[in-house]
Amino acid sequence: MDVSWLIPPLHVAIQASTPLVLAALGEIYAERSGILNLGVEGMMLIGAITGFVITLTTGNPWLGMLMAAIAGALMAFIHAFASISLQANQIISGLALTMLGMGISGLVGKPFIGIPLRFTLRPIAIPLLSDIPLLGPVFFKQDAIVYLSYILSLAMWFLLYRTKPGICIRAVGENPAAADAIGVNVALVRYCCTIIGGLLAGLGGAYISVVYIHAWLENMTAGRGWIALALVIFAMWDPLRALPCSYLFGGIEALQYWLQRYGINPYLLGALPYLITILVLTLIGASESLRRRMAAPSALGKPYAREERTA
Amino acid sequence: MGISLRIERRAYAPLWLRIGIPLLSVLLSLMIAALMFHLEGIDPLTAYRIIFLSSFGSPKGLSYSVVKMIPLLLCGVGLILAFKANVWNIGAEGQIIVGAIAATWVALFLVPNAPSYVVIPLMFIMGFLAGGLWALIAGILRGKFNVNEVIVTLMMNHIASKITEYLIYGPWMGKTTWGFPESDPFSESAHLPLIPGTYIHYPTLIIAVIAALLSAVLLSYTKPGYEMKVLGLNPEAARYAGISYVRTIALVMFLSGGLAGIAGVGEVAGLHHRLRYPWAISSGYGYTAMLVAWLSRLNCLVAIPVSFLLGALLVGGDAIQISLNLSVNIVYIFNGLILLCLAGGEVLTRYRVRLRRE
Amino acid sequence: MERGSRIAVLMRDITKRFPGVVANDHINLTVYAGEIHALLGENGAGKSTLMNILYGLYQPDEGEIFIWGKKVKIRSPKDALKLGIGMVHQHFKLIDSLSVAENLALILREYKFLVPLNEIKRRVLELSKKYGLDIDPEAKIWQLSAGERQRIEILKVLIHGARILILDEPTTVLTPIEKEKLFKILRHMANEGHAILFITHKLEEVMELSDRVTVLRHGKVVATLETRSTNPRELAKLMIGRDILAPNEITTTSPKIVRERKIPVLEVRDLYVLNDKGFLSVKGVSFSVYPGEVFGIAGIAGHGQRELIEAILGLRKIQKGSVVLLGAEVTNSSPRHIMEKGVAYIPEDRIRTGVVPDLSVVENLILKNYWRKPFSGKLFLNMSLIDRWADDLISKYRIMTLDRKAPVKLLSGGNIQRVILARELSGNPRLIIASHPTYGLDIAATEQVHDLLIDQRNRGVAILLVSEDPEEILKLSDRIAVMFEGRFIGTSDADKISLEDIYLMMSGVRE
Repeated sequence: MDVSWLIPPLHVAIQASTPLVLAALGEIYAERSGILNLGVEGMMLIGAITGFVITLTTGNPWLGMLMAAIAGALMAFIHAFASISLQANQIISGLALTMLGMGISGLVGKPFIGIPLRFTLRPIAIPLLSDIPLLGPVFFKQDAIVYLSYILSLAMWFLLYRTKPGICIRAVGENPAAADAIGVNVALVRYCCTIIGGLLAGLGGAYISVVYIHAWLENMTAGRGWIALALVIFAMWDPLRALPCSYLFGGIEALQYWLQRYGINPYLLGALPYLITILVLTLIGASESLRRRMAAPSALGKPYAREERTA
Repeated sequence: MGISLRIERRAYAPLWLRIGIPLLSVLLSLMIAALMFHLEGIDPLTAYRIIFLSSFGSPKGLSYSVVKMIPLLLCGVGLILAFKANVWNIGAEGQIIVGAIAATWVALFLVPNAPSYVVIPLMFIMGFLAGGLWALIAGILRGKFNVNEVIVTLMMNHIASKITEYLIYGPWMGKTTWGFPESDPFSESAHLPLIPGTYIHYPTLIIAVIAALLSAVLLSYTKPGYEMKVLGLNPEAARYAGISYVRTIALVMFLSGGLAGIAGVGEVAGLHHRLRYPWAISSGYGYTAMLVAWLSRLNCLVAIPVSFLLGALLVGGDAIQISLNLSVNIVYIFNGLILLCLAGGEVLTRYRVRLRRE
Repeated sequence: MERGSRIAVLMRDITKRFPGVVANDHINLTVYAGEIHALLGENGAGKSTLMNILYGLYQPDEGEIFIWGKKVKIRSPKDALKLGIGMVHQHFKLIDSLSVAENLALILREYKFLVPLNEIKRRVLELSKKYGLDIDPEAKIWQLSAGERQRIEILKVLIHGARILILDEPTTVLTPIEKEKLFKILRHMANEGHAILFITHKLEEVMELSDRVTVLRHGKVVATLETRSTNPRELAKLMIGRDILAPNEITTTSPKIVRERKIPVLEVRDLYVLNDKGFLSVKGVSFSVYPGEVFGIAGIAGHGQRELIEAILGLRKIQKGSVVLLGAEVTNSSPRHIMEKGVAYIPEDRIRTGVVPDLSVVENLILKNYWRKPFSGKLFLNMSLIDRWADDLISKYRIMTLDRKAPVKLLSGGNIQRVILARELSGNPRLIIASHPTYGLDIAATEQVHDLLIDQRNRGVAILLVSEDPEEILKLSDRIAVMFEGRFIGTSDADKISLEDIYLMMSGVRE
C-alpha cells in the first residue's frame, strides 16, 4: 500500500508542531517550579521578531535563533522578578508581558512585514533512520531545531525525574515551605525554570518566523502560546508526553485545512484542543485519585515568602 | 554604629499608597513610552500632544473616547465583581464574542423583521444570558471541581473565537458580502440608535453606567454583594457564616460574563452591524478591562472615569497610527507597562523599608 | 545503659536570653551514649530553646557545649549534622507527591546531579532493616501514615550518620501501636550506642521510655533524675512547682447550688474525627452539656480539641458517632443550620477564622446575622438598622475603635476578641463554644471575657469551654474533662478535683 502521499502533510505537521513542543517544554518547567507564566504568547512573539530581524540582517539563522532565545529569556526574567522577588500577581504579570510582547514585536516588526527570508535552516537527513518507510522521511528528514526538540523532550524528562535539580524543581512546585526547610533555594530554582520557559518560548517563536514561514507577519504566533499553555495541562506536566501531545494539537492545527476535504470543519476542529484541555482539567478535578497523581503542582501560581521565625 | 535597612511587613496599606501606586504606574509607563517614541525617532511631546488632542481636543475626539469607553466600562465592572470574590475571570474576551453571536442570532434569525423596540431589548437580553452562561461554565467547574478558572476562561476565549470563525465562514456567511467572512448586515431596526453626529450607541452607554452604579450598590448594600466580599477575603469565615461557595461563585461569574456579553451586543449592534472576525469585535477589550478594574482599585464608581480615560488612550493610539505612521502597538506596550508596574507596585503595599540605627 | 559509658552531650551553663525573658538560665545537661533522656517541662519552660541551641538554630549567650568530649560551636544545623546530631521535628518536612527515595535524594548532599534511585533504595532498605523501621522506599509520602512519616524523618537523620538524636514531642500524632513501635526502635538504637533526647510533656511516656529525665521550669533545671527512682506525681510537682500545692486558692465561680438535671443542650456520643492529615484525632468522645453550666475541657493543644469543636460546629466531617443539639440530630449538618439553632463560637484563631480582617467592624459584626430579618430583606441589607445595632454593640462590649467602618485588622487583639464576642453573644445563643478565649489577651480583657461567660452561664446558657490553662478551667467550670490523645482521660465535677489532678491528667497520668 503506497502511503507516500501521507508524507508531505505529516512532515509539515511536525514542523508546525515544533514551536509548540519548545514552548510547552519551557512552560512545563516553569509551572513545575510553581510559576504560572501567561506571557508565553508574548515571549514567542518577541522571539519571532528577534529571530527574524537578526537572521535577516546578519544572514545567519543560528545567530537569529540564539538571540531570539535570549530575548525570550530576558522577558521571562522580568516575569520572574515580578512574581518571585516582588511577589506580584502572576496572572497579571504574565498577561502584561503578553501585551508587551505583542506591542514590541508589532512595533519593531513594522518595517519588516512581508519581506521574505532567504537564509533559513534546511532539513538534514539522518542516515539510516531517514530510510525507514513513512516514519523516516517524516521524522528524520527535518532541520536541526526539530531534532533539538526531540532531544530536549527526552533530556528534560530525564532531568526532571532522575536528577537532583529535577527533584528540587518538583519539590519547590509542590511544597516550597518544606523545600525551603530542607535547604533548597526556592527563589533560585523558580528563577531558573521561568527563564528556561522564556528561552524556549523565544526559540519556538523564532522557529515560526525563520523556518516555518520564513517571513514576518504581525501576531504570527496566532495563539500558539495559548495552545502551549493548554498543552502543558494535557501532557500533565510531563516533558516526555509533551512531544506526542504537541504533535496532536499541532497536527490538528496544521492539517485543519487539509482535512477540510473530508468534510471536517477546520474551525470546530481548531476549537478541539481547548475543549479537550477543559475536559481533562474537569476529570482531574472530579476524581480524588487522579488529583493525587496527575494534578498541577500544588503551589502553582502562589507566591512564596518565608514565614518569619518568632523567637 | 551604622544604619541598616530592614524590610518589614505592613499591617495595612495607607490611602496615599493605594492611590499613589496606580498614579505612579501610569507615570512610569508614560516615561518609558516616551523613551520608545524617542527611539523610533519621534518627539515624545509631539506624540503625546496628538494623543491628547485626538481624544480630548475636539468634540469628535471626545465622542470617539466615549465609544471606546462603553465596552471597557461594562467589562471592567464585571471584572471588579469577579475579582472582589477572588475569582479570576480572564474570559471577558470570549464573553464579549458570545454576546455578539447571540445578538447576531436575534437580529438575523430570530426576529429578522421585527421592529426596533422588539429586536433591541431582545438582543441585550440574549447577549446578557449568553455571556453569563458562557462564564457560568467556568464558575461551576471551579465551584464543584475546584478547576482553575484562569485556564478554563482562557480556553473558552479561544473556543468562542473558533465558533465565530465557524459561523462567519460557514452557515452564517453573508449572502450579500461577496465571500467576505462576515455575516449579513443587520437590518436598520437592529441598529442601535446613536447620539446624532457621533458613533455613540447610547443604549449600551446607559446600560453601562447603570451597571456600574448597580454593582456599586450590590457590593455595598446587598446580601449577595456582602457574600462575595467575604468569600473573596476569607473563605473560611465565609464557610462558617454559611455562605455557599458554589452559589456565590456561580452568581459572580454569571454577572461578570453577562456584562461582557452586553458589551458584545453593543459592539456588534451599535458599531459593526454584523458579525465579523472575532478580534475585530472584541479588540482586546476583555484584557484591557482588567486594566480598568485594577486601576480603579476594584471600585465600581471609579471605573467610570477610568474607563473613559483608557478609552481616550485607545483613541489616541489610533490617531498616532494614522498621523505618525506608528502602529497601534504602542498602546499595547503602554497597557502592558501599566499592568506590569501595577503588579510589581503591589509589593509596596505589603512591605515597607525601615531605616534602623545599629 | 551501663555506668561508665561515654558522655555524648555535655551542655554546661547554657544561657539564652530573648527580649524580656531568660529562656535558658545556666542549664546543665549530660546525656550518655546508649541513654534515652527525657526533657520535661511546661510550655515555655525552655525545652525547645535548649534543643534548638543543640541543633544549631540558636546560639547560646553563655555556656559551652561538648560533643563526645570535644568542645564545639554549633552555628547551624549543618554543623550539627556534621557532628552527628540529628533532629526529628514535630512537623514533617516531606514533599507529599514525591517518593521516599526522592525525598531522601533531596536532602543527601552527596548526590549533586545524578540521582541513582536504586542505590538510595538499597540504603533505605538496609537501614530500615537494621533498626526495624519498616519503610518502603518507593512509596509516595501522601500514601503513608503519621507513624511511617515519622520513621522516615528518623531515617533521614540516621542516613546522615547521626549518633545523637533529638525528638520533639514525637508521639503527638501517633496511634498507640505506632507509639509502641517507635519506642521499640528508639530502645534498639540506644542499645546500639546512640544517645537519644526527647522533649515531652507526657509523664507516662517519660516513665515508659526514658532512662533519665531532666525537668525544666522557667528556664532553669529543677532536677535530673533516674526515671526508675521517681514517679509521675513527683515529676508533675517538679514541673509546676510549689504554686499548685494549695488547690483551694483558686476560687471557682460556680454557685454551689444543686442543679436539677435538665435536658442537655448538647450531647456528643462516641465521636470519631480525623485531622487535616487524615489521621484519627478524636477517638470516641462522649459528653453532655446542660443549660446554665460551664463544661470545661482542659488539655494541651493538639490532643484533638480543635477537631472536636469543629466537628460539633459542622466545620469538619464526623466519621463515626453523633452530635445532638437541643434534642435534634445535627451530625454533619451545615454550619449555618447549627448556628441557627443558637450556637455561638469563639474560635481560637481569631484573625484567621474569627473575622475577615479587611472588612470593617460593622461588616464583621453582622457575619452571622446578615441574612436574617430585620437586618436584611430579600436582597438588600438594612444598613441604617445595621449601623445602629453595631453602634449599640460597640458601646455595650466596649470595643475600642475609631469608627465602625474601620477595618478590623487595625484593632488590637483584645478588641478583635470583643468584636467576636459581641457578634456571637448578641444572638442570644443557647450554647456557647469558647476555644482558648483568653489566649494572648491582657489581664483586663481576660477578666472581661470571664465575666461575660459567667454572665451568660447565669442566664441559663450552656457553655463549652476549651482551654490550655488549668486555672482558667477550674475557675470557670462546673464540670471538667481532661482531653488527652483524642479521649477524655478523666471527668469530674469542678469542686471534686484539684489543680494538681488536672495537671497530671493533662500530662497523661490516669487516675
